[in-house]
Formats: sequence, C-alpha cells, structure tokens
Amino acid sequence: MINNVLEYLEEACQKYPAKTAFIEPGKSYTYEQAVEIAKTIGSNIAQKKVYGKPIAVIADRDLISLMGFFGIVYAGNFYVPIDKALPLERKNTILRVMDPALVLYQEKDAKSMEGMDLQERHCTMESLYHGQVSIDEEALAKVREQHLSTMPLYIMFTSGSTGVPKGVVVSHGSVVDLVEQFAVTFAFKEDEIFANQAPFDFDVSVKDIYSTIKNKATMCIIPKSMFIMPKKLLSYLDENKATTIIWAASAMSVVATFKGLDKVKPESLRNIMFSGEVLPMKVLHYWQKNLPDANYVNLYGPTEITCNCTYYKVDRPFGMEEVLPIGKAFPNTQILLLNEEGKEVAEGETGEICVRGCSLALGYYNNDEATKKAFCQNPLHNSYIDRIYRTGDMGYYNERHELVFAARKDHQIKHMGHRIELAEIEIPVNALDFIDKCCCVYDEQAEKIVLFYEAAKECNVEIIEKLQVKLPKYMCPNRMIHMEKIPMNSHEKMDRVKLKKMLSEVYHES
Amino acid sequence: MEELMKILKELRPEVDFENEDKLIDNGILDSFDLVALVGEINDTFDVEVEFEDMEPENFNSAKAMYAMIQRLEDEV
Repeated sequence: MINNVLEYLEEACQKYPAKTAFIEPGKSYTYEQAVEIAKTIGSNIAQKKVYGKPIAVIADRDLISLMGFFGIVYAGNFYVPIDKALPLERKNTILRVMDPALVLYQEKDAKSMEGMDLQERHCTMESLYHGQVSIDEEALAKVREQHLSTMPLYIMFTSGSTGVPKGVVVSHGSVVDLVEQFAVTFAFKEDEIFANQAPFDFDVSVKDIYSTIKNKATMCIIPKSMFIMPKKLLSYLDENKATTIIWAASAMSVVATFKGLDKVKPESLRNIMFSGEVLPMKVLHYWQKNLPDANYVNLYGPTEITCNCTYYKVDRPFGMEEVLPIGKAFPNTQILLLNEEGKEVAEGETGEICVRGCSLALGYYNNDEATKKAFCQNPLHNSYIDRIYRTGDMGYYNERHELVFAARKDHQIKHMGHRIELAEIEIPVNALDFIDKCCCVYDEQAEKIVLFYEAAKECNVEIIEKLQVKLPKYMCPNRMIHMEKIPMNSHEKMDRVKLKKMLSEVYHES
Repeated sequence: MEELMKILKELRPEVDFENEDKLIDNGILDSFDLVALVGEINDTFDVEVEFEDMEPENFNSAKAMYAMIQRLEDEV
C-alpha cells in the first residue's frame, strides 16, 4: 500500500528515469532530475529541524515551486502554496492562521516579499537548491520511517464566512485515494500528458500533479499568459500533444468565448474534464463540436473532500436548457443526501450533499470550531466514529439516478471557479469608515458580484481601491451600487431577495 | 469611444483607462476581465472579436481596443 505520495515519484523514476516528468515553456525535468532536486531541497530543509510543521511556498505555476512541494514532503513537512499574486494583507492573514516554520520564495520575487510577516523564517528556493545535487539519504530515510498516511500533505486556503480564510488540511492517504480512483475510473495511461491550467494554490492542480506521478506520465504547465491572450494556448496544447486537461470550467469558457478551437484543434486531447462551477451548455457544445471524439467529464467536489467526490461522464446530448448532472460518487466514496433533521431524503427530493469516505480532509488548520461544524458524525448512527463532511451544497437525484447540483444552503457562491463567502467581501467593506452598511449578492446570469452599499456619497473607486489590497482580485465586486437605503426584510435583515430582484431592473435602466 | 470607456469603467472602476497603455503587458487585465470585456464589446458594438484578435497590442490601451473595434466594424 502506498502511504506516501513520494512513492509514486520514486516508482516512476525507477522505471523511467529519463522520461520527461514536468514541462514548463523552455524547461523540463526528467523523473530522475525531479527526484534529485526534490531530495536536495528536502535534505536542506531537514537540516533546519522543523520536522512535521507546515511550510509556506510563495508559489507560481512553475517547476521550481513544484520541486519545492516535493522537497518539503521529503523533509517530513507539509506545504502551503500561497499564490504570489495575492495581495499582501491576504498573504499575511494566511501566514497568521498557519504560523509556518518556513516561508520559501524565489529570489526573483524578493521584492514582493516586502511587508510580509516573515519573522526570520524565510528562505529562498535558491538557497535550498542551486543547481548542485547534494542529498542526505540517511536523514531522508529517517523521515520516511516515521511517516503515516494520515499525516498532512498540504493545506489549501479557501474563503471563510467569518472574514478569515480557512486552511483545509489534506493527508497523503486522501490524495492517494483520489489518484487511484481517478486512474481506474478514467483509465489513465503512462503516455498521458496532463496540461495544467489551475494555479498551485487551488486544489484542481492536485489532480494534475499527483495523477502525473501516479501514472508515470508527464505534466505540462500552461503559462498563465496564454489564458489572458489565448492565441497561443491551443497550439501549445497541440505542440505538447496534451492528452488530458483537468481545468476549471471558467478556463473552458475562455477557449469557447474566443473560439479558439476554430483555428487549432489539439486532436491529441482525449480526456476533457472540468469542475469548479456549472459549465455553460454552449461552452460544452462548442468543445464537443470541435473535438467530438474526446471524453467529457463533469467533476464535482469541494477542497474538503480532496478535489472531487462525484463525476459524470457526458454520455448523451444535452439541450441548452438542460443541466449537466454531477453524476455519481467515485469508488470508495459515498454521498448522503440529508434533510434538516439529519435523515436521508426520499428519492427525487433535494437534500444537503454530505460526503463519506477516506477522501475527507483532516479539518481546518487551527480552527476547531469551523472543523466541528462541517466535519461531523454521520447522523444516521452513533455506534462508532464515522465522519461525514457537510458540503452546504444542495442536490437531488434525477430520474436516471444521476446526482444533480441544485443550489447553495448559505451565502457561498462560485465565481470564476473560486468559492467565495459573500460575508468575506462584506466584512472589509463594512470596516471602511465612509460606508454605513453593505450587502453583496451574486448575479448568476451576468456572473457578477454585486455590492450594494449605503454611504454619504457614491464611492466606487475608493471601495475597490481599499478592497484590492485585502482580497484576491476574483473576490472584488464587479458592480457597485450606491443606495440611500438598503431594503430590509421583516426580520430587520438586509433583504437579499429584494436586492436580487432590483438587479434586473438596474440592468434594464443601463 | 464613450461607449467603450463606459464598459471599461464598469469593469474596473479603479483603472485609469484614459492613460494606461500597458493593460496586458503589466497584467492589469486578467483572463476573466478579458472574457467579460470581449463579451461586452461583441454585444455593444455588434462585432465579433475573434481568436486572431486576441493579441496584447489590441488590448493594451483603450485606444488600441477602440481601433480594433473600428476595424472590425468596417469588416462587417
């Protein structure tokens, strides 16, 4: 049994040392090189005597960040990717929550580290590996002996409704479970070339990274700039002979919006998988029309159950008005649909999607309260410890017994592939001294976060400028509406329903 | 141009679209901005911004975008 993800890397290295494991534009590593570099980084971290503690990586989607992750695991630590593009305050909030033993960054990013709450615990990637292999096999072996599959592998941060992001702690065992099920369910082969789109601080990328090493395959990193100006994107996929893409639905939409496949069709693509939010039907149709022979798979699941818990292989044509199901649970995973009383709903009825199985995360880092709320005892019995994760998503089974996502229970939204608690936007806006009151709603149709606010005068620019230093860009409102008075409902709460209704009227005016 | 400015201001009220000429090169606009922007341009000006038009030089400034839109309008 695999109890450490590094065994995948080492097995691949043993069988195909000279095979290309990871590619970024202009640079690639073979399996042998990857193991050597990761072991060198791991040996150098091991010297710092911080065993078992979290280590932050100011990450970019590049090979060196990836080697940093593996190196951290070799040292017996777990990694926390922090996107280097996040605003400073956000980075510091994450550092405060996790209190890492080390913060790794690349020399070229030294400038962006200014103002970060580092407290002497930072070190550059270059100081851990500067082109020279130097491995302390003995130290690494000692680490491995102590390893348990229940130990954390990484922490990924996700939006929290109290205004502070939550760090989801995921174990080696859960990731092993994930990639084993993926490999069987989708029949991945050794010649697979995974074209990575998702940022490394986003758990969609976990599927690329660990499916690659599990299947002794190759991962090819697509630079972010190609999604901004996608002219080169499709030819890059084609040149690299990408076979599998596991992308955020929003990235699929980028290609469809710009009609990228009209000009270049990467015929090597055989698995096209997407998650993060509901894929618009016209986007699916566009891809299917251009690449009719590929397998299309809708994946569903929150970070807390390790990437995905259900999948739906698109096996029939869908009309524009139809909804793509999220399908059925992966093997070794169970879905329960529970009602308010914690009982299973009847067939066809809507209930909260709850997940059971060893894919469940270890909870939220240093946040017992939030952990207890979301990860709880299976309410169907109390005979032994049996954790379930309450997703907060509502779902039902259609007449074909396929699971369908219906709605959210709370004020969490999905926007541009990201999970966002609307309260996390409202809290910093309310904290501004020129704001009296505010309320965020999501306009699903226009895919916009709309902020209604009460203030002495209109101050859209001031709000957005203040927010940008606190929140990631995808959390900043796309539309701001100044109001004399925000409507209240009968419970003296801000009336979100009325505000949403007003939205369509506002659109009408403009 | 006025219509375009209105779209841009709505999209990113804090950006100085009058003067900024490295919107793409400096990473001011990201892929989501561009998806939204191209959708708005297509609808408002009744043009079709195509894959071939997705180059930094067409989007680095409001002026460049407007020039592209005019070119596309002429093609229709």
